[in-house]
Amino acid sequence: MTTATKGGAGTAHTRVEGRDKVTGAARYAGEIPFADLAHGWLVLSTVARGRVRALDAEAVLAMPGVLTVLHHGNAPRVDTGFTGMMGVPPDPSTGLFQHDRVPHMGWPVALVVAETSEQAREAAEALVVHYEREPHDVAFSARRESEAYPLDGHVPAVMEKGDLEAELAASAVVVDAEYTTPEEHHNPMEPHAAAARWEGGRLEVVDSNQGTGWVAGELAHLFSLDPASVRVRSEHVGGGFGSKGTRAHQVAAVMAATVLQRPVRVVLTRRQMFSLAGHRSPTAQRVRLGADANGRLRALEHRSLNQTSTVHDFVEPSAAASRSMYAADAHHTASRLVKLDVPTPTWMRAPGEAPGSFALESALDELAERCGVDPIDLRIRNEPAVGPVSGLPFGGRNLVACFREGARRFGWAGRDPRPGLRREGRWLLGTGMAAASFPVMAMPSTASVTAETDGTFTVRINAADIGTGARTALTLVAADALEVPADRVRVRIGDSDLGPAMIAGGSAGTRSWGWAVTEAAEELRRSLAPGADIPPEGVTVRSDTSRALGALAQKERHSFGAQFAEVAVDPATGEVRVRRMLGIFAAGRIVNPLTARSQLVGGMAWGISMALHEEAVRDRASGGLYGADLAGYHVAAHADVPHIEADWVDDRDPDDPVGIKGIGEVGIVGAAAAVANAVWHATGVRHRDLPIRPDRVLLAGADA
Amino acid sequence: MREFGYQRAYDVSGAVALLDGDREARFLGGGTNLVDLMKTGVERPARLVDVTELPLNRVEETADGGLRIGATVTNSDLAAHPEIRRRYPALTQAVLAGASGQLRNMATVGGNLLQRTRCGYFTDVNSPCNKRVPGSGCPAIEGEHHNHAVLGASDHCVATHPSDMGVALAAFDARVSYETAAGPGELPLTDLYLPVGETPHLETALPPGALITGVTLPATATAAHSRYRKVRERASYAFAIGSVAAALDVRDGHVHDVRLAFGAVASRPWRARTAERVLTGAPADAGNFAAAADAELTAARPLPHNGYKVTLMRNLVVAVLSELAEEAAR
Repeated sequence: MTTATKGGAGTAHTRVEGRDKVTGAARYAGEIPFADLAHGWLVLSTVARGRVRALDAEAVLAMPGVLTVLHHGNAPRVDTGFTGMMGVPPDPSTGLFQHDRVPHMGWPVALVVAETSEQAREAAEALVVHYEREPHDVAFSARRESEAYPLDGHVPAVMEKGDLEAELAASAVVVDAEYTTPEEHHNPMEPHAAAARWEGGRLEVVDSNQGTGWVAGELAHLFSLDPASVRVRSEHVGGGFGSKGTRAHQVAAVMAATVLQRPVRVVLTRRQMFSLAGHRSPTAQRVRLGADANGRLRALEHRSLNQTSTVHDFVEPSAAASRSMYAADAHHTASRLVKLDVPTPTWMRAPGEAPGSFALESALDELAERCGVDPIDLRIRNEPAVGPVSGLPFGGRNLVACFREGARRFGWAGRDPRPGLRREGRWLLGTGMAAASFPVMAMPSTASVTAETDGTFTVRINAADIGTGARTALTLVAADALEVPADRVRVRIGDSDLGPAMIAGGSAGTRSWGWAVTEAAEELRRSLAPGADIPPEGVTVRSDTSRALGALAQKERHSFGAQFAEVAVDPATGEVRVRRMLGIFAAGRIVNPLTARSQLVGGMAWGISMALHEEAVRDRASGGLYGADLAGYHVAAHADVPHIEADWVDDRDPDDPVGIKGIGEVGIVGAAAAVANAVWHATGVRHRDLPIRPDRVLLAGADA
Repeated sequence: MREFGYQRAYDVSGAVALLDGDREARFLGGGTNLVDLMKTGVERPARLVDVTELPLNRVEETADGGLRIGATVTNSDLAAHPEIRRRYPALTQAVLAGASGQLRNMATVGGNLLQRTRCGYFTDVNSPCNKRVPGSGCPAIEGEHHNHAVLGASDHCVATHPSDMGVALAAFDARVSYETAAGPGELPLTDLYLPVGETPHLETALPPGALITGVTLPATATAAHSRYRKVRERASYAFAIGSVAAALDVRDGHVHDVRLAFGAVASRPWRARTAERVLTGAPADAGNFAAAADAELTAARPLPHNGYKVTLMRNLVVAVLSELAEEAAR
């Protein structure tokens, strides 16, 4: 395929910056050169709880090239008492070197700055830090529920409708099962990196993040600066997945640049990312389903527990994901958290929905088995007409269409539901399915579109392309609105000076930005008289979607999908191999089928990884992670990812000017459950704890 | 990363002389393990002596009909060698089951044998580890050990040896040759690794400053009918949680000759001699394969979270020997 530049939204386009990326011309934050650049290296705590008693900085300052050692005794003060753009307080690790307390293993305790990266690293590793150790507690399990508390995040923690116990008691069939997912880490290929410098009285930061306005705003708060005096740029980003907001490395770089009055870059190592980049909390979930004999739900209860740090509340709203899925007379959902001496969890691709759907969609499969109803039929029988808890109308719910199209293409019809019957050599074969959903959101954004004298157009919007193809999608959206070929449109993104806009997150980036770009571009097109002269400075139209979004009617707005998997299981060795996957999604209008398919397939591949491989093991004695690198933390390798097909049904959102819903996260939702359900169909054994490791399959097989 | 000196050797005696028995110096092969360990601070050599240019990159016939593999033969070249594929197929399979194409292009036979355990406590310099810091303790025993040793371990260390290649070599009675300042030496591969005991930091029986120069495979007709099966937590690019190298010669329905070695269960490639003794002369059927595995595994001392390995190894032995027996019967 060549780089297509004709045709707008709905036709496949390679990334507009693809050539720069594959030739190395695209520069990432850790490799952009600066004159007189100094290098900072973070020193992380080696105890899980306690205080820093002393640091032997003098010895390190005498080492070659070392410029300074920043720590709680000498670092500039920062102000963490604010609520950031995403409506939550900053991550506690941005309150860098403000006190001597160590709340978890891997807490930053010092920054060593030197002339070269190698000198900084050697000195940082030589720095002796004396701690006053305190006993720590990192033992997460379902048994901690008695200490847990509910916390409203972006959604309420607890929602209850109807008399749960009465409906359960009246149910012909009850499924009551506990599920667990482990601590998981999003480790984008590109590590977190930032360079900071003061230039003409302004703080300039070159970073790798999911929203430059977000990071600039938080840095302005932290350092008590006029927001206009902070500029953050992030042109190319090698993956984010929720991990790239404001974190310790940017704050460290700004502190050092301020103290030394020269540019300073700080890059996290892979191991440091495992404690400083956030993670998905482990979850312990309990699902109780009560149904009449033909599978209609009378009761749905979903309770979830997650861990957070002692210095920050973060809720992984796994139970909330159930609120929009199935109708039930009694409907109770609650997400709670327990404080432990661990790093603070954060958003990780499909926060809530990814682990929540594993529990709910596994439980649905168990209910289908118990009722003797096909898993797809069971879900269709429980399709809600309106939001099961909210009572609000759906802003498009094409889930059944996904089931039907998926079943047709996967070859679901005629499937023998009995488990453990299909064998091919040493492999037992099985198929499974699950539903997927993810909220559809948009956040106010501003954009400008300029008609240039040469007949081209420049779009300026502070979007972030974290590898998704957002820059290309916005090029197509603008071209459509301007009614010009895409090769006449240039899109400038990733610069906080471009003005306020949504971050790349919540599957809401392209919807939020596309809305703003369309508004400005359409107004520009209407205002340009045909054949009129364009003045040298061009003609510019600006947009702000705040008002339009405020006027949106309240609805249950979600993307949906149906996931199908076929697996092979060797009961003698416990090996599980996914043989094929199919995902059919109803996720709004698809702007660029090429990159959209990559997004969805990537999510599904991650779902395989979640089902079979990913697991961060926290060592109870040290409080740290065991094997905190990509050799120890297994993600699916190529050989684990079979042919994955992702496609979609027509699902244009009439409330969005482009018809977009959002595709960033729905691809991972339900994927792990589809795999786990297929493992049951292959073996007859339910795996309610992820990942489905060989030892678990082997031992479960021995008991079966 | 500590600053270090770098020298390159062009002949064996020159390499040994350059290293000069210096405990702060290391031979550098493909660097696929040593360089990683240097980056994380587990290894902090003052000096590296690069041996990749030594004239040891060939696989040659020996006088008695075996093969001698030079120490700097890369994993890729070893796996692809036609005589290895024909006469020792399990060795090719074992090498190809390890790492990735890129790593196999760099990694060498000598380095493969001397690679260090991937125990997560060993590779984390902030953890205690008796192998890295003698006397500091072994957190794996009370902590994470679901992929640790069940055979031949001690209260001081339960780490496994990560090599796949070494498992096949152990099954085929390979001998390791080395060079020291005092001259050459040789020892069976199964004696290369010291028992763990109270000194897990002492890993090999090589004299100080010795350079592995090659591995010799004796002629064994049985090896031509061999197989390597590796089980791991993902389909590729992971170390084994259990593996078996097996060769089988069945005559008149009875086991005439059998070679069996286990990987990922001990601090060294584990030659299963007890199982071999039980099987030799016995009818080649699944019941006897299982009985032989059980006999070998009576020595297993699993920890709370790695007992599955006993089941896994038993199942693997039965599966692999059954496949070999069925093929022989055709």
